[in-house]
Amino acid sequence: MNWLRQLFSRRRLHRELSEEIQAHLDEKVEELVAGGMSREEARRSARREFGNVGLIEENCREVWGWPSVESVFLDIRYGRRALSHSPVFTAVALLTIAIGIGANAAVFSVVNSVLLRPLHYSKPEELVALHQVAPGAEGLTDFENGLLLSPSMYFTYAEHNQTFQSLGVWVTGTANVTGLAEPEQVRTVGVSDGVLQAFSVPPAARRWLLQTDQVPRGPERVMLSYGYWQRCFGGSQTVVGQNIMLDSQPREIVGVMPEGFQFVGADFDVIVPLAFDRGKQILAGFGYHGIARLKLGTTIADANADIARMLPVWMDSWSNGPGTNPHIYETWKIRPMIRPLKQEVIGNVGELLWVVMGTIGAVLLIACANVTNLLLVRVETRQQELAVRAALGAGWARIVRGLLVESVMLGLMGGVLGIGLAYAGVRFLVAMGPSNLPRLSEVSLDARTLGFTLVLSVLSGLLFAVFPALKYAGPRTAAALRSAGRTMSASRERHRARNLLVVGQVAMALVLLVSAGLMIRTFEAMRNVDPGLADPQHLQLVRISIPGSLVAEPERVTRTQNEILDKLAAIRGVKSAGFVSEMPMEGFDSDWDEIFAEDKVYAENTIAPLRLYKYISPGLLQTAGTRLVAGREMTWSEIYGLQPFVMISENLAREMWGTPSAAIGKHLREFPKTRWHEVIGVTQDVREKGVQETAPEIVYWPPLVENVFGTGQARATRAVTFVIRSDRSGTESFLNEVREAVWSVNSNLPLASVRTMWDVYDKSMARTSFTLVMLGIAATMALSLGIIGIYGVMSYTVSQRQCEIGIRLALGAQRGDVLQMVLRQGTKLALVGVAIGIVAAFALTRLMTSLLFGVTAHDPLTFVAVAALLILVALFACYIPARRATLVDPIVALRYE
Amino acid sequence: MKQPIQRDLFPGALEMMILRTLKRQPMHGYALVQQIKRTSNDVLRIEEGSLYPALQRLLKEGFVKAEWGISATNRRVRIYKLTAAGGKHLEREVSSFERMLKGITQVLAPGEL
Repeated sequence: MNWLRQLFSRRRLHRELSEEIQAHLDEKVEELVAGGMSREEARRSARREFGNVGLIEENCREVWGWPSVESVFLDIRYGRRALSHSPVFTAVALLTIAIGIGANAAVFSVVNSVLLRPLHYSKPEELVALHQVAPGAEGLTDFENGLLLSPSMYFTYAEHNQTFQSLGVWVTGTANVTGLAEPEQVRTVGVSDGVLQAFSVPPAARRWLLQTDQVPRGPERVMLSYGYWQRCFGGSQTVVGQNIMLDSQPREIVGVMPEGFQFVGADFDVIVPLAFDRGKQILAGFGYHGIARLKLGTTIADANADIARMLPVWMDSWSNGPGTNPHIYETWKIRPMIRPLKQEVIGNVGELLWVVMGTIGAVLLIACANVTNLLLVRVETRQQELAVRAALGAGWARIVRGLLVESVMLGLMGGVLGIGLAYAGVRFLVAMGPSNLPRLSEVSLDARTLGFTLVLSVLSGLLFAVFPALKYAGPRTAAALRSAGRTMSASRERHRARNLLVVGQVAMALVLLVSAGLMIRTFEAMRNVDPGLADPQHLQLVRISIPGSLVAEPERVTRTQNEILDKLAAIRGVKSAGFVSEMPMEGFDSDWDEIFAEDKVYAENTIAPLRLYKYISPGLLQTAGTRLVAGREMTWSEIYGLQPFVMISENLAREMWGTPSAAIGKHLREFPKTRWHEVIGVTQDVREKGVQETAPEIVYWPPLVENVFGTGQARATRAVTFVIRSDRSGTESFLNEVREAVWSVNSNLPLASVRTMWDVYDKSMARTSFTLVMLGIAATMALSLGIIGIYGVMSYTVSQRQCEIGIRLALGAQRGDVLQMVLRQGTKLALVGVAIGIVAAFALTRLMTSLLFGVTAHDPLTFVAVAALLILVALFACYIPARRATLVDPIVALRYE
Repeated sequence: MKQPIQRDLFPGALEMMILRTLKRQPMHGYALVQQIKRTSNDVLRIEEGSLYPALQRLLKEGFVKAEWGISATNRRVRIYKLTAAGGKHLEREVSSFERMLKGITQVLAPGEL
């Protein structure tokens, strides 16, 4: 603890040194006086012979340890004094830095929480999503991005794998809970055995669903989410072991998952066992997400190889029914592409967040450039002070360090303020962020964010000290002492740094403006797309599903839906109503399959292109505003009569028969053995997966169809979205009447996903609008900082050249000439900046290609418009100082001298 | 800029002279300066102040120790005294210096060119 004692004895050491040196000087003086010198002269002579007392004392102190620390403390004191002497400069600089750093801290906290932090499961690195692709499957483009697992795949993988500790499949859904208060639709997750084991998150109450709960038609059991447990049962322990009515069936609650447990980024209320009936499984049925935990020391590559090995086993072990060839799936080229679970949770927001982070970083750079500019001006006015310090024996390095310490202090203080702003910023981001942004609830300012902010603060502090330090701390004491205070025009060299900064600022602002401009164009393009719907603001959506336990008979289900529709249509202000298995962009798992045309020949052992299946009621197309291109809709009586009619989308009609009208009267069927359905209508294409995705080919079936799978004559679509067109959509009174109408038909039916089509729309565009807003904010900040930068430099230049301008005017220069001269200088800077910016933007905007729609990353219109805007703004920023230059009174200017 | 410490001849020489002087008798800073100046016949011009950083270095190394006392002129001064370690260090330094000096003298000796 020697250093500790040293630290405490420091003061004494300093005191003793001073005393000793003073005694030395006194003794010397006395000796010289005794030698006949005058006291005054003796004192001078003693000091001269002794040397620089301050410096020597400092050198002595330096021997004892931490000289740098100590002198840095001194520098800090000095810096604080210097900063508090110019409050306006300090305030402006601090605010600029605080905004820059605050914005960065806020965005970083989102990036950190969403992308960097590990998932909240134990050993999250072992968790993987069993992702697979089927590039060979025609028709649905989705399959290039991912083919879900079928139950038979799950059985094969679970039984034959060598690389997983546990493996399972899951699927989200909804269920109706009755018997509590009002009937309620809850979000369910169906899980196979192995899923909870893979997560390996211990339950908050009682136990998991186990293999014994996965028995088909066995005892029905469920687990609750913590949130649902709290919300509906107040967290009561006694509820565990009791029954809950789920889809009108009693199910025993066996356990509760802990707080904060999310199912791969999704919230849920109830976990139900999937309880697959092994004997009834076929190859198909690709509707389940796979999750697994890797064995210790196993890599994803091993696991991929393992799955690839099991795919032929799967095809050998299962079939799609007698007479089918199980190996036709070879044409799909199914390939495992296992991904870390984190990647599955994050999805495609990674790119978006990095782009936002990048732009916000650029804003900070621009802010730093501005502060650097301010510092340069300040250091220039402080040149004399610095020169005096140098003359008094301060070393070059010492002065540079002083400047560095001062600006790092600025950076740190800005960082502290920035953290405050970041708190507000994070709230804003969370409120603004797309609701489908994963892990949004986890966003917070944590230690890593604080560390990041600290590093950022110090770095920016160093960054904006570099220019002044290099320029003014050089060994030019004499020159500085002499020239400072003289009013002459600055040399070109003195302006170079500042000009460089302005050019950089303009260039960066241009890049940001171009990217924001591209997002605006994207947004515009998306808004201009005809989605196949009209006026989504006035479309009210309500999701209702009728479980078999409530209404068993299929036709009864359709009749109930029909009745609800009639009641809805009778509500005041309702123009029309219809229902459909799912509206575009609603995000429910969609139905798809092959379709065969009577007049086409299909090769053996291949799978026909897959088409989206939708089930619609009469009146749906008219209500949604989807145009009928040819033919007609179905009627209710045809539906109840199970007439073999079908409708198709325009693009499917064109693909198969060339024109929509040619499709009318043609025949289609779903399976090789089922009866033919006549095409009676062709509809406008609908952008099912969002406006930026091409419209898929769709087959529209009636809601009640012949049952080709099992027993019973017909099959009804039990979960449908009711679509109501009314000017009153979204209002409370209207929704009450809708509820009344539904419950007057069956009071056990909960209404779920109550929203307007516009909300759905908005949600599907959330990613784009979030990017747009973020880039917009960044670009606005960049633009305003850029303007301030140009304005600051130009007005400083003008004020420095006041005398020169005065002389010019006195010698007969016209005011117009002066105006032009200043404007020309500013414009030149702006032009160089714009040119560099265009090159940079050209290279950088390519990174955001995946965020764009309907516009290329090198959209000339955006580039030209932004460049023009920037030049105009720069001209404007120069104009004010230029005006002031022309107002210089030669007499006044010269009198300064 | 000036070098903060005006080094005389070569690094370590000042320390060596201080140790040598203190070997004879303990003394305080001012006396030390005068003594060194006097014995070197004022050939070595050292800045008086530069003595103090050197003394601090020696204190830190443990080659000398210091105690407050009263000088001949009745002043409160710090009196420096050679330690055993200081004595050994001096011997080592002196012998290596002498070897070096011998080398230099041989090179500089006349008639051998």
